[in-house]
Amino acid sequence: MAQKSFRQALNEALHHEMRRDPNVIVLGEDVAGGSGASGQKDAWGGAFGVTKGLLGAFGPARVRDTPITESAFVGAAAGAAMTGLRPVAEIMFVDFLGVCFDQIFNQAAKFRYMFGGKAVTPLVIRATYGAGTRSASQHSQALYPIFTHVPGLKVVIPSSPYDAKGLLIQAIRDNDPVIFLENKVLYDTVGEVPDGAYTVPFGEAHIVREGGDATIVALGRMVHFAREAAEILAAEGIDCTVLDPRTTSPLDEDTLLEMAEETGRVVIVDEANPRCGMAADISSIIAEKAFGALKAPIMKVTAPHTPVPYAPNLEAAYIPDAKRIADAVRKAVAFKRS
Amino acid sequence: MTGLQLSREELLKAYRLMRMIRVFEDRVSAEMASGDIPGNTHLYAGQEASAVGICLHLSESDRIASTHRGHGHCIAKGCDVDGMMAEIFGKDTGICRGKGGSMHIADLSKGMLGANGIVGGAPPIACGAALTSQILGRNDVSVAFTGDGGINQGTTAESMNLAQVWKLPVIFAVEDNGFGEATASSFVVAGEITKRAEALGMAFAKVDGVDFFAVHEAAGEAVERARRGEGPTLLHIETPRYYGHFSGDPDNYRTAEEKAAMRRDRDCLPRFRRRVDEAKLLGLDELDKIDAEVQAAIDQAVSAARSAPQPALSSLTTDVYVRY
Ligand SMILES: Cc1ncc(C[n+]2csc(CCOP(=O)(O)OP(=O)(O)O)c2C)c(N)n1
Ligand SMILES: [Mg+2]
Repeated sequence: MAQKSFRQALNEALHHEMRRDPNVIVLGEDVAGGSGASGQKDAWGGAFGVTKGLLGAFGPARVRDTPITESAFVGAAAGAAMTGLRPVAEIMFVDFLGVCFDQIFNQAAKFRYMFGGKAVTPLVIRATYGAGTRSASQHSQALYPIFTHVPGLKVVIPSSPYDAKGLLIQAIRDNDPVIFLENKVLYDTVGEVPDGAYTVPFGEAHIVREGGDATIVALGRMVHFAREAAEILAAEGIDCTVLDPRTTSPLDEDTLLEMAEETGRVVIVDEANPRCGMAADISSIIAEKAFGALKAPIMKVTAPHTPVPYAPNLEAAYIPDAKRIADAVRKAVAFKRS
Repeated sequence: MTGLQLSREELLKAYRLMRMIRVFEDRVSAEMASGDIPGNTHLYAGQEASAVGICLHLSESDRIASTHRGHGHCIAKGCDVDGMMAEIFGKDTGICRGKGGSMHIADLSKGMLGANGIVGGAPPIACGAALTSQILGRNDVSVAFTGDGGINQGTTAESMNLAQVWKLPVIFAVEDNGFGEATASSFVVAGEITKRAEALGMAFAKVDGVDFFAVHEAAGEAVERARRGEGPTLLHIETPRYYGHFSGDPDNYRTAEEKAAMRRDRDCLPRFRRRVDEAKLLGLDELDKIDAEVQAAIDQAVSAARSAPQPALSSLTTDVYVRY
């Protein structure tokens, strides 16, 4: 199988689906770039290069550089989705969704329910998330818990190039609004990706690694740190399962509970802030439904309850890492009921 | 030409600030290329006459709210250049203790309410500052800087309406550099920007942002109008953007000829020098001396920033709240 970058995997998914279905359109700021200018067309292909080549392949009617008006174009994408198109709207940084929350929370998420099941809204909103690029407080957040909280939205966080492609194709074919979040630090990571189209279903966690002593649950970039931690621990004789839920809504509770019961120790890693975050959410589910199997308290490794700082040393301290994950697992393994 | 009635001191100050911004930005660009600045920056080079032409009318109690391309606004409003450079380097001596970086430089004591990472972030904030001034009976004005991209944001349109119905002492300075990122404004801005003000019954002016004196004159009228309690003004300021959108942008969406012509024909600094020289207001030797002083000041700011300490790790969790 061919080795491809996370970026290329996403790009292929968009190409496949735009070729397959003429109702799929892509819109956002500089998804092509160079529009109206004297130089190169498709100059950017998105701020992170994910939509490169779509303009040439599908033309400016279906690949649209928008004004900097997130409320208007995300809301328009929702309206277009409800009336027959399958828009993929790109927001460079998930932080900017703050500008258009209403279109997502009050509009797209609720059409179907409010209208008594009559509406379908096959909308995908792609955005980058995450710290690690010295982009400071307004360009680094991991806001997926906020979207996960809202009924009607599906929320996807791929961790590998393979999942990125399959999950994006699934998102585009899905008939509900999907928030698709790409960790910007992962774009250049490489993995095996088939050339053809395939889907990865929502609500199915991926067991990245199996081990009987503890389960580490992680999302997006944190999956890589969880694996790193699992390798460090394996050398010490502690065998970990690493579980990647891949989608936070729907959430694969069955696999989470199964792994929690099998290992009896759970460490949840979350790049988001801790209050009302995914670590808190998943830990409450396990505490409620797998309490009897637990040999130690559920451990959470998250960012602190602060905005993302700019200075490199502060930002590094903000982001959970393999060392903190490994420490949490050791603590869980060492735990003795008194 | 009213602009030429500026005092010698004011002219020297204007030139020094414009040169300071240019040298600051060229240096940040060089430091970015060498990899020593951790984050991303959006450079203001080419647009100096706008920030300085406006801010020269303001005192410390007047407020400005800025953009992602904020270094020029900060310098023109009197922010400490050493502190700015240290902030961009992510150091403890930075103007925001290294927590904000380029896009969040702020100094409230100087009336600088922050650069902003969100396009369209400034106009509501500037309206709020103007409301403070109005309600507390002060004579202060505020300025919202935004771009040809930001003019399209809902927050900008909403703020303009709010300012007009409340007669807020605020100026919407729309710096039109022809681009929002890699997209030409002609592709995304419908109609005339000034007509958006006209439709609201708001005063407006369109000015050549390469001409310091033109900006200064139009801004003076707007500031006076606001101080008289007659409400807001929109200034549509046409400027070049010398660098790409961000440092590292290949800027391949503009032809090499277009970029060369822009730098050759649309440079506020030689334009200013010519004007004051022809009118015999200042000597070119005085200006050359300023150039050398500014260069030395920036060299000093960079070496101080380099050798400054990183923020203490304990500061990660401070200042989220006043008290918690
Ligand atoms: C709400 C929001 N959307 C998008 C962006 C990404 N972005 C940063 S600057 C910029 C272009 C802004 O154009 P303009 O207002 O003309 O300012 P200029 O960069 O030309 O100074 C964009 C789209 C952002 N920072 N915030
Ligand atoms: Mg612009």
